[in-house]
Amino acid sequence: MTIKNRAYIMGAYEHPTRKAPDKSTAQLHAECARGALADAGLTKDDVDGYFCAGDAPGMGPLSMAEYMDLRLRHVDATDIGGSSYLMLVSHAAQAIAAGKCSVALITLAGRPRSEKPRAPNPMQPEAPWEWPYGIATLNAYALCAQRHMYEYGTTSEQLAWIKVAASHHAQHNPHAMLRDVVTVQDVLASPMVADPLHRMDCCVVSDGGGALIVTSPEVARSLKRPRVSVIGAGESVKHTMGGRVDLTYSAARVSGPIAFAEAGVTQADIQYASIYDSFTITVLMQLEDLGFCEKGQGGRFVADGNLISGVGRLPFNTDGGGLCNNHPANRGGITKIIEAVRQLRGEAHPAVQVPNCNLALAHGTGGLLGTRHGSATLILERQS
Amino acid sequence: MTQRIISAPIVTPETEHFWQAAQQGRFLLRRCTACHETHWYPRAICPFCLGDTVWQEHPGAGTIYSWTVMRREAAPFAMGYVALDDGPTMLADFTGIEFDRLKIGMRVKLAWSDTVNGAKMPSFTGG
Ligand SMILES: [Zn+2]
Repeated sequence: MTIKNRAYIMGAYEHPTRKAPDKSTAQLHAECARGALADAGLTKDDVDGYFCAGDAPGMGPLSMAEYMDLRLRHVDATDIGGSSYLMLVSHAAQAIAAGKCSVALITLAGRPRSEKPRAPNPMQPEAPWEWPYGIATLNAYALCAQRHMYEYGTTSEQLAWIKVAASHHAQHNPHAMLRDVVTVQDVLASPMVADPLHRMDCCVVSDGGGALIVTSPEVARSLKRPRVSVIGAGESVKHTMGGRVDLTYSAARVSGPIAFAEAGVTQADIQYASIYDSFTITVLMQLEDLGFCEKGQGGRFVADGNLISGVGRLPFNTDGGGLCNNHPANRGGITKIIEAVRQLRGEAHPAVQVPNCNLALAHGTGGLLGTRHGSATLILERQS
Repeated sequence: MTQRIISAPIVTPETEHFWQAAQQGRFLLRRCTACHETHWYPRAICPFCLGDTVWQEHPGAGTIYSWTVMRREAAPFAMGYVALDDGPTMLADFTGIEFDRLKIGMRVKLAWSDTVNGAKMPSFTGG
């Protein structure tokens, strides 16, 4: 069974807040749900499937279904970190194709600027071997960047180009946290935070959230919004492989080809790409592993503005991405899909809109690239 | 510079013996009785074949596979992956090596670090 053309993204909403000290996390989820339903032209009572991940408060789908009084016949709360929401679109499409639901709601929200992070579980098996050493998101990604430079000669200048491209896009987004256009020199002059990553190689921390509505073809035809079809999806997980550690590639090497094969398209067909940008190195490795360039050539691929809309070959993250716009709940997966939907609808900012954008890719990495992480790839097509 | 003190190891029934041996300065890996491979982090069940595993001492020498320095901490620290000689690659911190000497391929050897409760954690220092 394929999901190709069996489900459509019909509603998308990005919460405008970037700091929400006066709201609860459940409230933010519900505000995002309300926004996405209004965008689709549906009501809460139309929802029969609900999808969320580790950022949902309490007992995930149980707590949130009650908070919003959802009456459901399908739920899924698989958590693979920030890439969960790309995977949940795929799972929603599978559930719809199997007849398990017809209107799926996916929410993400969180307040990392306004509340303490939940304590991780010390009984997770890897904890004794990592936590005492001060493993964190930042150094886990830095270890990948360090090895990539060693293996392939990738430079800090090349990584900086990714941030430069994001900043060119963010200047047009009134909600973006960082709207100043920066140069390669600006990135290199920012403080070294974890060798070889500079402060400007890192994404922002923001409160906020987003939501999506995925529907059956029948429901989609009854709605007024442009139809964005899910034509290919892939997911995978990579880890330290029992000590046979290889930091040079990500699980996108598995999820990408699955998605391209299902969609029946190639990298050259993709007109716009949302690529998870927790750090600049995240983007570079994913572009290689998704096949947009040869392994080790990511540095050359991203240099000289190649990711800037209207300038380069592969416009990416035209909302400014996690590097400049937002990274709600420390999970950027849903905003990657939302901006791809804007592009396919022709609703991105005119300064960054890709002309006649019919085919887009959205990809996420969740967890820590330097230890264990999930990957999820979506290929989306506008259908008239 | 502030001295960094490593937090105490988290001891589980599966790995209790590792920490007892560490107190005596012995560094242990798990080796599979079925496929004979060693792995990291130590598990009772072999991740390669799901066979049973036993403890086996390792001399604790290896090379740096990747490294980083957390520069913005109160006490900046270096950590990364060490590829053990004839063994798995493991995460650890680096002690007694000036940050600007760290590089991939550098020889390192085991150096036990004290933790807040007196237990020992494996660290690596210049070989
Ligand atoms: Zn085995």
